[in-house]
Amino acid sequence: MRAAVIVFPGSNCDRDVAVALARAGAAPAMVWHKDADFLAVDLIVLPGGFSYGDYLRCGAMAAHSPVMREVVRRARRGVAVLGICNGFQILTEAGLLPGALIRNANLKFVCQDVHLCVETSQSLFTARYAAGQTIRVLIAHHDGNYVAGERELERMEARGLIAFRYVDEAGSASNTANPNGSARNIAGIFNETKTVLGMMPHPERLADPALGGIDGRPLFDGLVEALS
Amino acid sequence: MKARVHVTFKPGVLDPQGKAIQKALAGLGFDGVQGVRQGKVIELELSETDFARARESVREMCEKLLANTVIENYEIELDA
Repeated sequence: MRAAVIVFPGSNCDRDVAVALARAGAAPAMVWHKDADFLAVDLIVLPGGFSYGDYLRCGAMAAHSPVMREVVRRARRGVAVLGICNGFQILTEAGLLPGALIRNANLKFVCQDVHLCVETSQSLFTARYAAGQTIRVLIAHHDGNYVAGERELERMEARGLIAFRYVDEAGSASNTANPNGSARNIAGIFNETKTVLGMMPHPERLADPALGGIDGRPLFDGLVEALS
Repeated sequence: MKARVHVTFKPGVLDPQGKAIQKALAGLGFDGVQGVRQGKVIELELSETDFARARESVREMCEKLLANTVIENYEIELDA
C-alpha cells in the first residue's frame, strides 16, 4: 500500500505517522503542501500538529493549501483519507467532513490517555477492531471539541458514521469520560462512504510497545490489509 | 477602501472563552454582566474603490476563509 503523508508548515506528527505506517508494511511518502500534483497513492494522511500556527482557526489555512485541492478531488473519487488531530480539523475546514472542532470546553490544552469505543468494525480503518471494543489511545489538543447541528448528528448516528467515542474504562460514554466537551462524546467520524476518517486522538502514538501501548496498531494494520 | 469584518460564533455554539471573560469581569467587581461572547475583527485594506464590488469581494473572502460558516456569522463594514 502506498501512502502520502501531507506536511504543512507547522505539522509535527508527520514523522510519527510515517513510522507507524512503515511498521505496518506501508510505504509512506512525505508530500510538502505546495506539491499540488503528488504521486498516486492508496491512502492520504493529514497528520497532527499546528499547521500555520493555528492562525485564524485551526486547519483553516491548511485547508486552502495548494495540495488540498488535489486531496479533496481524490477523496471525492474514493481515495482513502485519514486525518489525525489537526488533520481532522483540516478535513472539516475543507468540507470533507461535517461539523467543526472548537476550543475545548474546559479551555485547557488536554494531553492525556483516553479510552475510545470503536463504534463499528465495518470500515477499512476499523476492520481489525471488534465493534464495541474499548481501546486506549491518547489525545493532545486545545481545540478538539466536536460540534455539529442536531440534525447532522442524528443523521450521522443513523448512518453509522460515528467512528470513535470517548468512554471510560468500563466502556461507558459518560460526561467524565469526555475530555473536551465534544457532542455525544464523538472522537472520530467517517464521511458518507466511510473512506474518509477524521479523529482527534493519536493512534500513531500507541502503535509500538516502546511507546506504552499498541491499541493504535490495528488501525494501520487494517488499512494496509484493506488497501494493498 | 477599508473593510472591517466582525466574526462571531452563531448563537447556540458554546463559547467557553466568553464565559471565562464573564467570570473574570465578575471577579473584578463588574456587576450585571449577563453574558459575554467573544469574536474577532479582521481589518482589510482594499485597492477596490467601488462599494458594491468591494462588499461582494469581502463577502466571498468571508465565505471561503475568514469565517467558518458552520459555526460562525460575519458582518461586513466598509469605509471609504
